Order: sequence, then structure tokens, then C-alpha cells
Amino acid sequence: MFLRTALLVLRKDFAIEIKSYEILSTTLFFAVGCVLVFAFALVKEGQAPPDSAAAILWIALLFSGTLALGRTFERERYGETIRALLLAPAPRPALYVGKLLGILCLLGLTEVLLVPLIALLFSAPLLERLALLLPLLVCGTIGFAAVGTLFAAMLMRARTRDVMLPILLYPITIPVIIAGVRGTSALLATPPDQPTTIMWLTILLCFDVVFVTLSLWTFEPLMTE
Amino acid sequence: MKKFFVPLAALTAAMFAYAPIAIANAPYESTMLLIQKIFYFHVPSWMAMYAGIAVCGAASVVYLFKSRPAADRLAVAAAELIVLFGAIGLVTGPLWGRKAWGVWWQWDARLTMALLLELVFIAYLLVRAYGGPGSDKLAAAVGIFGTAVSPFVYVSVNIWRTVHPLNTVVPTLRAGMFGPFWFCSAAFLLLFTLLIMMRTQLASEQAMLDELYLAEDDGMV
Repeated sequence: MFLRTALLVLRKDFAIEIKSYEILSTTLFFAVGCVLVFAFALVKEGQAPPDSAAAILWIALLFSGTLALGRTFERERYGETIRALLLAPAPRPALYVGKLLGILCLLGLTEVLLVPLIALLFSAPLLERLALLLPLLVCGTIGFAAVGTLFAAMLMRARTRDVMLPILLYPITIPVIIAGVRGTSALLATPPDQPTTIMWLTILLCFDVVFVTLSLWTFEPLMTE
Repeated sequence: MKKFFVPLAALTAAMFAYAPIAIANAPYESTMLLIQKIFYFHVPSWMAMYAGIAVCGAASVVYLFKSRPAADRLAVAAAELIVLFGAIGLVTGPLWGRKAWGVWWQWDARLTMALLLELVFIAYLLVRAYGGPGSDKLAAAVGIFGTAVSPFVYVSVNIWRTVHPLNTVVPTLRAGMFGPFWFCSAAFLLLFTLLIMMRTQLASEQAMLDELYLAEDDGMV
């Protein structure tokens, strides 16, 4: 029942998105824009500083993720569909998991674009070290999206939601981004510093467990008016 | 609570008046000499901040699940004090760092995370101020997540190489330093208790006044 509801919410979001590709295309374009802005800011004499690939990857993810979160829930609010969702006789945490899965798919697609792009533009060995980069990205994205989905959902009612989402989300999720950047830049060092990457990966896992548990626990009372 | 307020306020005032004398009488640290004395206010302010985080987290959980307005008022009071004591820590820290390390700020784990915690609770206050209706529940979630992040800050110092002293430095202090250190810690925690009592009292009086205004609007009084 729980999983079925979550998958139904995911399918609903897919069905809406596939009609226009609005959120996906804008998020992808925004992510590329972020990469370009940081490239212009950091590149000197045709060369980017050595650690910048990891930083740009995670910052682009953070920014485009915030945008995607806002857009996804704006759509629910605009169509007044969130009320219907909340009225449905389904466990509330399942709705949360469904929305979270949707955001994760979206951010996953963004990463599919970002990783090769950054590997190409900054000649970073991202694709060669995919075995450890993949778990880092998965854990980091889950940590960010878990908090982001909860906050974006509860901000739907607030008048100042556009500005409040980054204000609330950044201080709380920056530890996740720090762990992601540190782990990735240790991985990109020559030779790759695997023990450090694995240590940061463990920290990311701890964040994921804490954030997902807390979100599932607080989603129900937060969405009750 | 009200009965204890005046004696508690007097005791706190007396302790803060005596604190400079106690600090002046404490022995010099072997390498940093006079500069190390800021420690007696720096560490206790972080202790008061962590006390605030514990109170804010617990009160937020109670408010979110039981919807008790008193818990909400306690959480706001605690959040304001977290920002206050965090600001004291963030001012005394760089002052000390400038003399001990030669720079105002180091981007190491402990300092970055302390700044982050301060930002989380400033965000808490921003939500309360500008979030509009329903922002109290929102703020409670921010309080819970902020509290959840804080243990990572506490252990971060041990996993990330850092110039900041480890938490285990406290039991290794020289004999004469313990007295003033615990004295100042007690003074800061007393001040924290006092301020939180005042702030929750003020908030509950505001709530009472609002209720009276509403009742008058309804023509009940």
C-alpha cells in the first residue's frame, strides 16, 4: 500500500511532466548556465583551478535542485492538486516518498548531463572514477532532496516561499554539500585518495539516514492544517 | 517561576561582576599567556548556545506533535538566545584567532559548522518574522533539523583536521584554570536560564493580550 501510493504519486508527476518537459528542460538549462557562470568566475588563462570541478558539480546541483524543488511544488499549488493529494485516503509519508522519488529522478537526469559536461570542460577524471563517484552523488542527492522536498512541501502555504526555500534549505543542507565536495575532490586527486572519499561517503550516509528519518517523521504533522 | 526571578537575577549579576576578578586571578596559559583568557567567555557562550539548541529542538518536537502554544513560545525564546550566544562566540572566536593563529577566520570544520548553526537559527527567526500564517509549524521543522545537524558540528572537529583545539582539551587544563572556567560556565548558563524565563514570560503575556483583544472584537468582554 505504502509503496504503491508512492509509485502512483511518482507516475502522476511523470505523466504531467512528459506532456511539456517544462521542469526538466528548464532545470537542465539552468544547470548548464550555473556551470558556465562558475567557469567564467574561476578560469584563469584558460585553466580552471585544480579542485574546481568537484565544487562546480555540487554547486550546480544545489542551485538547479533548489529551482526544481520550487517549480515542482508550484505546479501542485497552482493546480490546487496538493489538497486532493492530502485528502486521499493514503498514508501521508507515502505522498512524501512519491514526491521525493520524482525530485530524485529529476536530479539524477541533471547529473547525467552535468557529470560528462564537467568532465569534458574541466578535463576532470569524473567518468573514469565512476565507481565511487556514483555512490557519492546518490547519497548526496538523497540527503539534499530529502530535506528539500519536506521544506518545499511545507512552504507551499507560505506567502514568501520563493525566498524562504533557499534561506531554509542552504544552511541545513550545506553540510551535505561540504561532504560531497570534499569526497569528490579527494576522488579527483592524482592518485585518487580513496580512504578519504569513503570517509565522506560514510558521513553522507549518516546525513541521509538522519534526514530521511526526520522527514518521514515530521511530514504528517507538518502537512496537517 | 516568578518567585525565583529576582534572587536568580541578583545571583547572575553578582557572578558576572565577580567573573573578571576570577579570570584575572587564573594562571597564565604557557604559550598564549594573556590572550588565552578570552577562553573563559568564549567556551561558556558556546555551552549556552548548545543548551539553547537542546531546548529549541525539544520544544519544537513537542509543539509539532502536541500543538502546545507554550512549547512554541519556549522554542522561539531558545532560538533567539541561540543567535545571541552564537554571536558572542563568533565575535570572541575571531578575536582570539587573530592573536593565536594570526588570522581572523579559518575555513576549518569547527568554525564553518559553528557559522552554519548560527545561520540555521537566523533562518528560523526569519521564517517566524516573514513566513506568514502557519510559519510556527514551519519554524518548528527548522528547529528540529537544526538540532539534528548540531551533533555533527560537535563531532566534526574530530574527523576533519583542524586548527581549533579538540573538545578533550577541557579536562587537560592547568589546575588553577578549572575554578574560573566552571564559574564562568555556570554564570553563562544562569544568564541563559534567566533570559529564557523572561522571554517566554513576555511571549505568554503577548499571547494573553492578543486573546483579550480577540475576545473584545467578538463582543465577549
